Amino acid sequence: MNWNAIKVIYISEMMRTWNTLAQSIASPVISTVLYFVVFGSAIGSRIESVGGVNGEGGVSYGAFIVPGLMMLSLLTQSISNASFGIYFPKFTGTIYELLSAPISFFEVVLGYVGAAATKSFIIGIIILGTAGSFVDLQIAHPFWMMAFFILTCVTFSLFGFIIGIWADSFEKLQLIPLLVITPLVFLGGSFYTIDMLPNIWQKISLFNPVLYLISGFRWSFFEVSDVGHHLSMAIVLLFLFICMGIIWWMFKTGYKLRQ
Amino acid sequence: MPTIVSIKNLCKTYSSGHQALKSINLDIEEGEIIALLGPNGAGKTTLISAICGIIKTTSGSVTVNGYDTVKQYRKSRGLIGLVPQELTLGAFEKVQSTLAFSRGLFGKKPNPEHIEQLLKDLSLWDKRDSVLMMLSGGMKRRVLIGKALAHEPRVLFLDEPTAGVDVELRKDMWKLVSKLRDSGVTIILTTHYIEEAEEIADRVGVINNGELLLVEDKTDLMNKLGSKQLNIELRAPVTEIPQSLSDYNLELSENGTHLTYTYDVKSNRTGITSLLQALNNAGLQLKDLHTSQSSLEEIFVNLVNNDQAQ
Repeated sequence: MNWNAIKVIYISEMMRTWNTLAQSIASPVISTVLYFVVFGSAIGSRIESVGGVNGEGGVSYGAFIVPGLMMLSLLTQSISNASFGIYFPKFTGTIYELLSAPISFFEVVLGYVGAAATKSFIIGIIILGTAGSFVDLQIAHPFWMMAFFILTCVTFSLFGFIIGIWADSFEKLQLIPLLVITPLVFLGGSFYTIDMLPNIWQKISLFNPVLYLISGFRWSFFEVSDVGHHLSMAIVLLFLFICMGIIWWMFKTGYKLRQ
Repeated sequence: MPTIVSIKNLCKTYSSGHQALKSINLDIEEGEIIALLGPNGAGKTTLISAICGIIKTTSGSVTVNGYDTVKQYRKSRGLIGLVPQELTLGAFEKVQSTLAFSRGLFGKKPNPEHIEQLLKDLSLWDKRDSVLMMLSGGMKRRVLIGKALAHEPRVLFLDEPTAGVDVELRKDMWKLVSKLRDSGVTIILTTHYIEEAEEIADRVGVINNGELLLVEDKTDLMNKLGSKQLNIELRAPVTEIPQSLSDYNLELSENGTHLTYTYDVKSNRTGITSLLQALNNAGLQLKDLHTSQSSLEEIFVNLVNNDQAQ
Protein backbone atom coordinates (compact mmCIF):
# COMPACT_ATOMS: atom_id res chain seq x y z
CA MET A 1 0.00 0.00 0.00
CA ASN A 2 1.22 3.51 -0.86
CA TRP A 3 0.22 5.04 2.50
CA ASN A 4 2.14 8.24 1.84
CA ALA A 5 0.10 8.86 -1.31
CA ILE A 6 -3.19 8.22 0.49
CA LYS A 7 -2.07 10.57 3.25
CA VAL A 8 -1.11 13.47 0.96
CA ILE A 9 -4.30 13.17 -1.10
CA TYR A 10 -6.39 13.06 2.07
CA ILE A 11 -4.60 16.02 3.68
CA SER A 12 -4.65 18.04 0.47
CA GLU A 13 -8.41 17.53 0.12
CA MET A 14 -9.03 18.39 3.76
CA MET A 15 -6.89 21.52 3.38
CA ARG A 16 -9.06 22.58 0.44
CA THR A 17 -12.03 22.52 2.82
CA TRP A 18 -10.10 24.54 5.37
CA ASN A 19 -9.19 27.12 2.72
CA THR A 20 -12.82 27.44 1.66
CA LEU A 21 -14.34 27.19 5.12
CA ALA A 22 -17.31 29.47 4.42
CA GLN A 23 -18.31 27.52 1.34
CA SER A 24 -17.57 24.05 2.69
CA ILE A 25 -18.87 24.18 6.25
CA ALA A 26 -20.74 27.40 6.98
CA SER A 27 -22.94 27.28 3.88
CA PRO A 28 -24.58 23.86 4.52
CA VAL A 29 -24.95 24.63 8.21
CA ILE A 30 -26.68 27.97 7.55
CA SER A 31 -29.04 26.47 5.00
CA THR A 32 -29.98 23.69 7.45
CA VAL A 33 -30.62 26.23 10.19
CA LEU A 34 -32.95 28.04 7.79
CA TYR A 35 -34.84 24.79 7.19
CA PHE A 36 -35.27 24.42 10.96
CA VAL A 37 -36.52 27.96 11.29
CA VAL A 38 -38.97 27.67 8.38
CA PHE A 39 -40.16 24.05 8.63
CA GLY A 40 -39.40 23.27 12.25
CA SER A 41 -40.55 26.44 13.93
CA ALA A 42 -42.77 28.47 11.59
CA ILE A 43 -44.67 25.63 9.88
CA GLY A 44 -43.83 22.82 12.31
CA SER A 45 -45.44 24.66 15.25
CA ARG A 46 -48.82 24.22 13.52
CA ILE A 47 -48.33 20.45 13.03
CA GLU A 48 -49.17 18.36 16.03
CA SER A 49 -48.32 14.86 14.96
CA VAL A 50 -46.46 13.17 12.15
CA GLY A 51 -46.66 9.44 11.54
CA GLY A 52 -47.77 8.78 15.07
CA VAL A 53 -44.57 10.10 16.47
CA ASN A 54 -46.18 12.74 18.57
CA GLY A 55 -47.82 10.25 20.92
CA GLU A 56 -47.09 9.80 24.56
CA GLY A 57 -43.82 11.60 25.16
CA GLY A 58 -43.77 11.96 21.40
CA VAL A 59 -41.50 13.96 19.16
CA SER A 60 -42.24 17.36 17.75
CA TYR A 61 -42.32 17.95 14.02
CA GLY A 62 -39.12 19.97 14.42
CA ALA A 63 -37.34 16.89 15.78
CA PHE A 64 -38.98 14.64 13.19
CA ILE A 65 -37.36 16.46 10.29
CA VAL A 66 -33.83 16.35 11.78
CA PRO A 67 -32.81 12.98 10.22
CA GLY A 68 -34.23 14.04 6.84
CA LEU A 69 -32.40 17.36 6.92
CA MET A 70 -29.19 15.63 7.94
CA MET A 71 -29.57 13.21 5.06
CA LEU A 72 -30.26 16.09 2.67
CA SER A 73 -26.96 17.70 3.67
CA LEU A 74 -24.99 14.47 3.84
CA LEU A 75 -26.06 13.38 0.37
CA THR A 76 -25.50 16.69 -1.36
CA GLN A 77 -22.23 17.44 0.46
CA SER A 78 -20.79 13.95 -0.04
CA ILE A 79 -21.53 14.08 -3.75
CA SER A 80 -20.36 17.65 -4.15
CA ASN A 81 -17.08 17.17 -2.22
CA ALA A 82 -16.05 13.94 -3.89
CA SER A 83 -17.09 14.92 -7.41
CA PHE A 84 -15.28 18.25 -7.24
CA GLY A 85 -12.22 16.63 -5.64
CA ILE A 86 -11.53 14.37 -8.63
CA TYR A 87 -13.03 16.63 -11.31
CA PHE A 88 -10.79 19.61 -10.50
CA PRO A 89 -7.50 17.79 -11.31
CA LYS A 90 -9.11 16.67 -14.57
CA PHE A 91 -10.16 20.25 -15.32
CA THR A 92 -6.75 21.78 -14.54
CA GLY A 93 -4.79 18.91 -16.10
CA THR A 94 -2.98 17.99 -12.87
CA ILE A 95 -4.55 14.53 -13.15
CA TYR A 96 -1.39 13.56 -15.10
CA GLU A 97 0.45 13.40 -11.78
CA LEU A 98 -2.07 11.02 -10.29
CA LEU A 99 -2.03 8.80 -13.37
CA SER A 100 1.77 8.64 -13.52
CA ALA A 101 2.23 7.99 -9.80
CA PRO A 102 2.83 4.52 -8.32
CA ILE A 103 -0.63 4.39 -6.82
CA SER A 104 -3.51 1.93 -7.25
CA PHE A 105 -7.14 2.83 -7.90
CA PHE A 106 -8.01 1.65 -4.41
CA GLU A 107 -5.51 4.08 -2.89
CA VAL A 108 -6.78 6.96 -5.04
CA VAL A 109 -10.35 6.23 -3.94
CA LEU A 110 -9.30 5.89 -0.31
CA GLY A 111 -7.66 9.33 -0.40
CA TYR A 112 -10.38 11.26 -2.24
CA VAL A 113 -13.46 9.45 -0.97
CA GLY A 114 -12.03 9.24 2.56
CA ALA A 115 -11.59 13.02 2.63
CA ALA A 116 -15.02 13.71 1.11
CA ALA A 117 -16.70 11.33 3.56
CA THR A 118 -14.84 12.91 6.49
CA LYS A 119 -15.99 16.38 5.46
CA SER A 120 -19.60 15.21 5.17
CA PHE A 121 -19.32 13.51 8.55
CA ILE A 122 -18.07 16.74 10.15
CA ILE A 123 -20.90 18.70 8.53
CA GLY A 124 -23.38 16.07 9.75
CA ILE A 125 -22.09 16.34 13.31
CA ILE A 126 -22.31 20.16 13.18
CA ILE A 127 -25.88 19.97 11.87
CA LEU A 128 -26.80 17.48 14.56
CA GLY A 129 -25.34 19.80 17.18
CA THR A 130 -27.14 22.78 15.66
CA ALA A 131 -30.42 20.82 15.56
CA GLY A 132 -29.97 19.94 19.22
CA SER A 133 -30.05 23.62 20.08
CA PHE A 134 -33.42 24.03 18.28
CA VAL A 135 -35.27 20.87 19.27
CA ASP A 136 -35.20 18.16 21.92
CA LEU A 137 -33.37 15.27 20.22
CA GLN A 138 -33.30 11.62 21.19
CA ILE A 139 -31.29 8.83 19.56
CA ALA A 140 -32.90 5.48 20.29
CA HIS A 141 -30.28 3.34 18.55
CA PRO A 142 -26.90 5.11 18.50
CA PHE A 143 -25.10 2.18 16.83
CA TRP A 144 -27.57 2.04 13.95
CA MET A 145 -27.58 5.81 13.73
CA MET A 146 -23.77 5.84 13.35
CA ALA A 147 -23.87 2.97 10.88
CA PHE A 148 -26.38 4.79 8.64
CA PHE A 149 -24.51 8.06 9.14
CA ILE A 150 -21.07 6.73 8.15
CA LEU A 151 -22.32 4.46 5.37
CA THR A 152 -24.25 7.32 3.81
CA CYS A 153 -21.17 9.56 3.87
CA VAL A 154 -19.01 6.86 2.27
CA THR A 155 -21.55 5.60 -0.25
CA PHE A 156 -22.53 8.99 -1.59
CA SER A 157 -18.91 10.14 -1.65
CA LEU A 158 -18.26 7.12 -3.88
CA PHE A 159 -21.23 8.14 -6.00
CA GLY A 160 -19.85 11.69 -6.19
CA PHE A 161 -16.48 10.31 -7.22
CA ILE A 162 -18.17 8.49 -10.10
CA ILE A 163 -19.88 11.72 -11.16
CA GLY A 164 -16.54 13.56 -10.99
CA ILE A 165 -14.90 11.06 -13.32
CA TRP A 166 -17.87 10.96 -15.66
CA ALA A 167 -18.33 14.75 -15.89
CA ASP A 168 -16.41 16.64 -18.53
CA SER A 169 -17.87 20.05 -17.73
CA PHE A 170 -18.98 21.97 -14.66
CA GLU A 171 -22.55 21.78 -15.96
CA LYS A 172 -22.47 17.97 -15.91
CA LEU A 173 -20.90 18.06 -12.47
CA GLN A 174 -24.02 19.86 -11.15
CA LEU A 175 -26.51 17.98 -13.28
CA ILE A 176 -27.12 14.85 -11.19
CA PRO A 177 -26.95 16.51 -7.74
CA LEU A 178 -29.44 19.19 -8.81
CA LEU A 179 -31.79 17.29 -11.08
CA VAL A 180 -31.73 13.84 -9.50
CA ILE A 181 -30.49 13.82 -5.91
CA THR A 182 -32.24 16.92 -4.54
CA PRO A 183 -35.71 15.88 -5.84
CA LEU A 184 -35.19 12.33 -4.58
CA VAL A 185 -34.29 13.59 -1.10
CA PHE A 186 -37.26 15.98 -0.96
CA LEU A 187 -39.60 13.25 -2.21
CA GLY A 188 -37.96 10.60 -0.02
CA GLY A 189 -39.74 11.58 3.17
CA SER A 190 -37.39 14.25 4.52
CA PHE A 191 -40.32 16.29 5.77
CA TYR A 192 -43.10 13.69 6.01
CA THR A 193 -43.86 10.00 6.28
CA ILE A 194 -45.18 8.35 3.16
CA ASP A 195 -48.47 7.39 4.85
CA MET A 196 -49.33 11.08 4.57
CA LEU A 197 -49.38 10.64 0.76
CA PRO A 198 -52.21 9.30 -1.43
CA ASN A 199 -52.00 5.53 -1.94
CA ILE A 200 -50.58 5.65 -5.44
CA TRP A 201 -47.79 8.04 -4.41
CA GLN A 202 -46.96 5.81 -1.46
CA LYS A 203 -46.32 2.98 -3.91
CA ILE A 204 -44.30 5.21 -6.26
CA SER A 205 -42.24 6.45 -3.31
CA LEU A 206 -41.09 2.89 -2.62
CA PHE A 207 -39.05 3.09 -5.85
CA ASN A 208 -37.10 6.02 -4.43
CA PRO A 209 -33.88 4.60 -2.91
CA VAL A 210 -33.42 7.70 -0.75
CA LEU A 211 -36.66 6.87 1.06
CA TYR A 212 -35.01 3.75 2.53
CA LEU A 213 -32.03 5.76 3.64
CA ILE A 214 -34.06 8.44 5.41
CA SER A 215 -36.44 5.89 6.83
CA GLY A 216 -33.67 3.77 8.35
CA PHE A 217 -31.88 6.82 9.69
CA ARG A 218 -35.08 8.20 11.22
CA TRP A 219 -35.79 4.82 12.80
CA SER A 220 -32.41 4.96 14.57
CA PHE A 221 -33.58 8.23 16.19
CA PHE A 222 -37.28 7.68 16.91
CA GLU A 223 -38.05 4.03 16.07
CA VAL A 224 -40.44 5.28 13.42
CA SER A 225 -39.96 4.24 9.82
CA ASP A 226 -41.73 3.88 6.50
CA VAL A 227 -39.90 0.60 5.76
CA GLY A 228 -37.98 -1.87 7.92
CA HIS A 229 -34.56 -0.71 9.04
CA HIS A 230 -32.92 -3.96 7.93
CA LEU A 231 -34.25 -3.40 4.43
CA SER A 232 -32.97 0.18 4.62
CA MET A 233 -29.51 -1.05 5.58
CA ALA A 234 -29.56 -3.64 2.80
CA ILE A 235 -30.41 -0.95 0.23
CA VAL A 236 -27.57 1.30 1.46
CA LEU A 237 -25.09 -1.58 1.31
CA LEU A 238 -26.33 -2.58 -2.14
CA PHE A 239 -25.80 0.95 -3.41
CA LEU A 240 -22.35 1.00 -1.76
CA PHE A 241 -21.29 -2.17 -3.60
CA ILE A 242 -22.73 -0.92 -6.89
CA CYS A 243 -20.69 2.30 -6.58
CA MET A 244 -17.53 0.36 -5.71
CA GLY A 245 -18.10 -1.91 -8.71
CA ILE A 246 -18.54 1.06 -11.06
CA ILE A 247 -15.38 2.75 -9.77
CA TRP A 248 -13.42 -0.47 -10.09
CA TRP A 249 -14.63 -0.76 -13.72
CA MET A 250 -13.76 2.90 -14.41
CA PHE A 251 -10.18 2.42 -13.25
CA LYS A 252 -9.80 -0.95 -14.95
CA THR A 253 -10.93 0.41 -18.30
CA GLY A 254 -9.45 3.88 -17.80
CA TYR A 255 -12.91 5.36 -18.49
CA LYS A 256 -12.47 9.13 -19.03
CA LEU A 257 -9.11 8.91 -17.26
CA ARG A 258 -6.67 6.97 -19.44
CA GLN A 259 -7.15 7.03 -23.19
CA MET B 1 26.26 2.34 -19.69
CA PRO B 2 23.36 0.02 -18.77
CA THR B 3 19.95 0.49 -20.36
CA ILE B 4 17.48 2.17 -18.02
CA VAL B 5 14.47 2.51 -20.32
CA SER B 6 13.72 -0.15 -22.88
CA ILE B 7 10.84 0.24 -25.33
CA LYS B 8 9.88 -2.77 -27.45
CA ASN B 9 7.43 -2.69 -30.36
CA LEU B 10 5.30 -0.04 -28.68
CA CYS B 11 2.09 0.75 -30.52
CA LYS B 12 -0.76 3.08 -29.66
CA THR B 13 -3.98 3.34 -31.62
CA TYR B 14 -6.64 5.68 -30.24
CA SER B 15 -10.32 4.72 -30.26
CA SER B 16 -10.77 7.12 -33.20
CA GLY B 17 -8.52 4.78 -35.20
CA HIS B 18 -5.59 7.20 -35.28
CA GLN B 19 -2.34 5.27 -34.99
CA ALA B 20 -0.20 7.55 -32.84
CA LEU B 21 2.74 5.18 -32.28
CA LYS B 22 3.89 2.58 -34.78
CA SER B 23 6.08 -0.13 -33.29
CA ILE B 24 8.57 2.05 -31.47
CA ASN B 25 11.81 0.39 -30.36
CA LEU B 26 14.24 2.38 -28.28
CA ASP B 27 16.82 1.70 -25.58
CA ILE B 28 17.86 4.63 -23.40
CA GLU B 29 21.10 4.40 -21.50
CA GLU B 30 21.42 5.44 -17.89
CA GLY B 31 22.78 8.95 -17.44
CA GLU B 32 22.31 10.17 -21.01
CA ILE B 33 20.26 13.05 -22.37
CA ILE B 34 18.19 12.04 -25.35
CA ALA B 35 16.19 14.60 -27.34
CA LEU B 36 13.15 13.54 -29.31
CA LEU B 37 12.51 15.83 -32.24
CA GLY B 38 9.43 15.88 -34.36
CA PRO B 39 6.77 18.15 -35.80
CA ASN B 40 3.43 18.75 -34.05
CA GLY B 41 1.38 15.57 -33.82
CA ALA B 42 4.41 13.37 -34.52
CA GLY B 43 3.79 11.24 -31.41
CA LYS B 44 6.39 12.65 -29.00
CA THR B 45 3.97 13.38 -26.15
CA THR B 46 2.07 10.15 -26.79
CA LEU B 47 5.32 8.22 -26.42
CA ILE B 48 6.13 9.91 -23.12
CA SER B 49 2.55 9.48 -21.88
CA ALA B 50 2.67 5.77 -22.74
CA ILE B 51 5.91 5.26 -20.83
CA CYS B 52 4.65 7.19 -17.80
CA GLY B 53 1.31 5.35 -17.69
CA ILE B 54 -0.90 8.31 -18.55
CA ILE B 55 -2.33 6.53 -21.57
CA LYS B 56 -2.87 2.84 -22.22
CA THR B 57 -0.76 1.22 -24.89
CA THR B 58 -2.23 -0.97 -27.61
CA SER B 59 0.69 -3.41 -27.77
CA GLY B 60 4.36 -3.69 -26.98
CA SER B 61 6.16 -3.21 -23.70
CA VAL B 62 8.21 -0.69 -21.75
CA THR B 63 10.58 -1.45 -18.91
CA VAL B 64 12.26 1.04 -16.59
CA ASN B 65 15.31 -0.34 -14.86
CA GLY B 66 13.98 -3.78 -15.79
CA TYR B 67 10.51 -3.20 -14.30
CA ASP B 68 7.55 -3.57 -16.64
CA THR B 69 5.53 -0.34 -16.65
CA VAL B 70 2.22 -2.24 -16.60
CA LYS B 71 2.86 -5.33 -14.47
CA GLN B 72 5.30 -3.67 -12.08
CA TYR B 73 3.93 -0.15 -12.32
CA ARG B 74 4.66 0.73 -8.71
CA LYS B 75 8.39 0.12 -9.08
CA SER B 76 8.73 1.54 -12.60
CA ARG B 77 6.71 4.72 -11.98
CA GLY B 78 8.59 5.40 -8.76
CA LEU B 79 11.74 5.83 -10.86
CA ILE B 80 10.18 8.32 -13.26
CA GLY B 81 9.60 12.05 -13.03
CA LEU B 82 7.52 13.86 -15.61
CA VAL B 83 7.39 17.54 -16.53
CA PRO B 84 4.36 18.00 -18.78
CA GLN B 85 4.19 20.35 -21.73
CA GLU B 86 1.31 22.43 -20.40
CA LEU B 87 1.62 24.52 -17.24
CA THR B 88 -0.72 22.21 -15.39
CA LEU B 89 -0.70 23.29 -11.77
CA GLY B 90 -3.38 23.70 -9.15
CA ALA B 91 -4.43 27.24 -8.42
CA PHE B 92 -4.50 27.68 -4.68
CA GLU B 93 -1.70 25.45 -3.36
CA LYS B 94 1.59 26.92 -2.23
CA VAL B 95 4.90 26.17 -3.91
CA GLN B 96 6.47 24.23 -1.07
CA SER B 97 3.36 22.22 -0.26
CA THR B 98 2.78 21.22 -3.89
CA LEU B 99 6.31 19.75 -4.04
CA ALA B 100 5.72 17.91 -0.77
CA PHE B 101 2.43 16.60 -2.22
CA SER B 102 4.22 15.22 -5.29
CA ARG B 103 6.84 13.51 -3.14
CA GLY B 104 4.16 11.83 -1.04
CA LEU B 105 2.17 10.80 -4.10
CA PHE B 106 5.17 8.82 -5.28
CA GLY B 107 5.31 7.00 -1.96
CA LYS B 108 8.26 8.84 -0.44
CA LYS B 109 8.30 9.94 3.19
CA PRO B 110 8.40 13.70 3.81
CA ASN B 111 11.88 15.18 3.44
CA PRO B 112 11.78 18.95 4.04
CA GLU B 113 15.56 19.24 3.53
CA HIS B 114 15.36 17.77 0.04
CA ILE B 115 12.42 20.01 -0.89
CA GLU B 116 14.30 23.04 0.45
CA GLN B 117 17.41 22.19 -1.57
CA LEU B 118 15.31 21.63 -4.67
CA LEU B 119 13.58 24.98 -4.29
CA LYS B 120 16.93 26.68 -3.82
CA ASP B 121 18.36 24.96 -6.91
CA LEU B 122 15.35 26.14 -8.90
CA SER B 123 15.58 29.68 -7.49
CA LEU B 124 12.14 29.24 -5.93
CA TRP B 125 13.03 29.32 -2.25
CA ASP B 126 11.88 32.93 -1.90
CA LYS B 127 8.57 31.95 -3.44
CA ARG B 128 8.00 28.86 -1.27
CA ASP B 129 4.91 30.31 0.38
CA SER B 130 3.49 31.88 -2.78
CA VAL B 131 0.21 30.65 -4.18
CA LEU B 132 0.75 28.90 -7.52
CA MET B 133 -1.65 31.02 -9.53
CA MET B 134 0.32 34.14 -8.59
CA LEU B 135 3.54 32.88 -10.22
CA SER B 136 4.86 33.86 -13.64
CA GLY B 137 4.98 31.33 -16.49
CA GLY B 138 8.70 30.73 -16.03
CA MET B 139 8.30 30.13 -12.31
CA LYS B 140 5.42 27.74 -12.93
CA ARG B 141 7.64 25.80 -15.31
CA ARG B 142 10.29 25.55 -12.59
CA VAL B 143 7.68 24.43 -10.06
CA LEU B 144 6.69 21.64 -12.45
CA ILE B 145 10.32 20.57 -12.66
CA GLY B 146 10.52 20.69 -8.87
CA LYS B 147 7.41 18.52 -8.58
CA ALA B 148 8.90 16.01 -11.01
CA LEU B 149 12.14 15.88 -9.01
CA ALA B 150 10.55 15.87 -5.56
CA HIS B 151 10.64 12.07 -5.28
CA GLU B 152 14.25 11.84 -6.54
CA PRO B 153 13.58 10.01 -9.82
CA ARG B 154 16.30 8.34 -11.85
CA VAL B 155 14.63 9.12 -15.15
CA LEU B 156 13.21 12.52 -15.99
CA PHE B 157 10.89 13.19 -18.91
CA LEU B 158 10.73 16.80 -20.03
CA ASP B 159 7.97 17.43 -22.53
CA GLU B 160 8.81 20.66 -24.36
CA PRO B 161 10.52 22.12 -21.27
CA THR B 162 11.33 25.48 -22.80
CA ALA B 163 8.21 26.03 -24.90
CA GLY B 164 7.20 29.65 -24.58
CA VAL B 165 9.97 30.72 -22.22
CA ASP B 166 12.40 33.54 -22.91
CA VAL B 167 15.99 33.00 -24.04
CA GLU B 168 17.51 33.67 -20.63
CA LEU B 169 15.26 31.22 -18.86
CA ARG B 170 15.84 28.66 -21.61
CA LYS B 171 19.57 28.84 -21.00
CA ASP B 172 19.01 28.53 -17.25
CA MET B 173 16.93 25.44 -17.98
CA TRP B 174 19.74 23.95 -20.07
CA LYS B 175 22.16 24.52 -17.19
CA LEU B 176 19.74 22.81 -14.84
CA VAL B 177 19.38 19.83 -17.20
CA SER B 178 23.17 19.49 -17.43
CA LYS B 179 23.42 19.64 -13.65
CA LEU B 180 20.79 16.93 -13.31
CA ARG B 181 22.64 14.74 -15.77
CA ASP B 182 25.81 15.26 -13.76
CA SER B 183 23.94 13.96 -10.71
CA GLY B 184 23.14 10.76 -12.63
CA VAL B 185 19.58 11.46 -13.78
CA THR B 186 18.69 10.15 -17.23
CA ILE B 187 16.84 12.80 -19.23
CA ILE B 188 14.46 12.33 -22.11
CA LEU B 189 13.21 15.57 -23.58
CA THR B 190 10.99 16.44 -26.46
CA THR B 191 11.51 19.71 -28.17
CA HIS B 192 10.69 21.83 -31.16
CA TYR B 193 13.90 23.73 -30.75
CA ILE B 194 16.67 22.10 -32.74
CA GLU B 195 19.05 24.47 -31.00
CA GLU B 196 18.05 22.89 -27.71
CA ALA B 197 18.80 19.36 -28.89
CA GLU B 198 22.02 20.54 -30.45
CA GLU B 199 23.05 22.26 -27.23
CA ILE B 200 22.28 19.69 -24.53
CA ALA B 201 21.48 16.25 -25.98
CA ASP B 202 23.86 13.30 -26.26
CA ARG B 203 21.59 11.47 -28.68
CA VAL B 204 18.84 12.65 -30.95
CA GLY B 205 15.74 10.74 -32.02
CA VAL B 206 13.50 11.92 -34.82
CA ILE B 207 9.81 10.99 -34.71
CA ASN B 208 7.32 11.58 -37.48
CA ASN B 209 3.83 10.15 -37.96
CA GLY B 210 4.28 7.88 -34.94
CA GLU B 211 7.47 6.31 -36.28
CA LEU B 212 10.92 6.66 -34.83
CA LEU B 213 12.86 7.49 -37.97
CA LEU B 214 16.27 7.34 -36.34
CA VAL B 215 18.14 7.59 -33.09
CA GLU B 216 21.76 8.61 -33.36
CA ASP B 217 24.55 10.11 -31.36
CA LYS B 218 24.20 13.82 -32.02
CA THR B 219 27.71 14.32 -33.37
CA ASP B 220 27.60 11.12 -35.42
CA LEU B 221 24.26 12.18 -36.85
CA MET B 222 25.57 15.52 -37.95
CA ASN B 223 28.66 13.93 -39.42
CA LYS B 224 26.73 11.13 -41.04
CA LEU B 225 23.86 13.00 -42.57
CA GLY B 226 25.15 16.50 -42.74
CA SER B 227 26.58 18.02 -45.87
CA LYS B 228 29.24 20.67 -45.81
CA GLN B 229 29.67 23.79 -47.88
CA LEU B 230 32.95 25.24 -49.03
CA ASN B 231 32.45 28.98 -49.43
CA ILE B 232 34.91 30.58 -51.81
CA GLU B 233 35.35 34.32 -51.84
CA LEU B 234 36.82 35.63 -55.11
CA ARG B 235 39.20 38.53 -55.36
CA ALA B 236 37.32 39.87 -58.38
CA PRO B 237 33.63 39.31 -59.19
CA VAL B 238 32.60 37.14 -62.14
CA THR B 239 29.41 37.34 -64.15
CA GLU B 240 29.09 33.58 -64.68
CA ILE B 241 30.71 30.33 -63.63
CA PRO B 242 33.40 29.36 -66.14
CA GLN B 243 32.52 26.41 -68.40
CA SER B 244 35.53 24.42 -67.10
CA LEU B 245 33.96 24.36 -63.62
CA SER B 246 30.54 23.07 -64.73
CA ASP B 247 31.19 19.58 -63.28
CA TYR B 248 31.43 20.92 -59.74
CA ASN B 249 27.84 22.01 -59.20
CA LEU B 250 28.87 25.43 -57.92
CA GLU B 251 26.52 28.22 -56.96
CA LEU B 252 27.41 31.84 -57.69
CA SER B 253 26.26 34.63 -55.41
CA GLU B 254 24.24 37.52 -56.84
CA ASN B 255 27.14 39.97 -56.67
CA GLY B 256 29.49 37.42 -58.29
CA THR B 257 32.05 37.48 -55.51
CA HIS B 258 31.20 34.13 -53.80
CA LEU B 259 31.08 30.56 -55.00
CA THR B 260 29.52 27.81 -52.86
CA TYR B 261 30.52 24.18 -53.28
CA THR B 262 28.43 21.57 -51.43
CA TYR B 263 30.01 18.23 -50.68
CA ASP B 264 29.20 15.10 -48.71
CA VAL B 265 31.26 14.59 -45.57
CA LYS B 266 30.63 10.83 -45.76
CA SER B 267 32.45 10.62 -49.08
CA ASN B 268 36.13 9.64 -49.14
CA ARG B 269 36.78 12.06 -51.97
CA THR B 270 35.24 15.43 -51.39
CA GLY B 271 36.58 16.89 -54.65
CA ILE B 272 37.99 19.95 -52.88
CA THR B 273 41.57 19.45 -54.09
CA SER B 274 40.58 19.11 -57.73
CA LEU B 275 38.16 22.04 -57.41
CA LEU B 276 40.89 24.31 -56.11
CA GLN B 277 43.13 23.17 -58.99
CA ALA B 278 40.33 23.83 -61.48
CA LEU B 279 39.70 27.28 -60.03
CA ASN B 280 43.38 28.08 -60.46
CA ASN B 281 43.32 26.77 -64.04
CA ALA B 282 40.28 28.92 -64.77
CA GLY B 283 42.27 31.97 -63.68
CA LEU B 284 40.11 32.79 -60.67
CA GLN B 285 42.00 34.33 -57.75
CA LEU B 286 40.78 33.45 -54.28
CA LYS B 287 40.45 35.97 -51.47
CA ASP B 288 39.20 33.65 -48.71
CA LEU B 289 37.88 30.16 -48.02
CA HIS B 290 35.73 28.77 -45.24
CA THR B 291 33.51 25.72 -44.61
CA SER B 292 30.14 25.45 -42.93
CA GLN B 293 28.14 22.39 -41.86
CA SER B 294 24.43 21.59 -42.00
CA SER B 295 22.67 22.33 -38.75
CA LEU B 296 20.61 19.70 -36.97
CA GLU B 297 17.58 21.64 -38.12
CA GLU B 298 18.42 21.11 -41.78
CA ILE B 299 19.04 17.42 -41.13
CA PHE B 300 15.72 17.16 -39.28
CA VAL B 301 13.78 18.96 -42.01
CA ASN B 302 15.35 16.74 -44.66
CA LEU B 303 14.47 13.58 -42.73
CA VAL B 304 10.88 14.58 -42.14
CA ASN B 305 10.44 15.75 -45.73
CA ASN B 306 11.88 12.50 -47.07
CA ASP B 307 9.59 10.53 -44.78
CA GLN B 308 6.54 12.47 -45.95
CA ALA B 309 7.57 12.07 -49.58
CA GLN B 310 7.66 8.29 -49.12
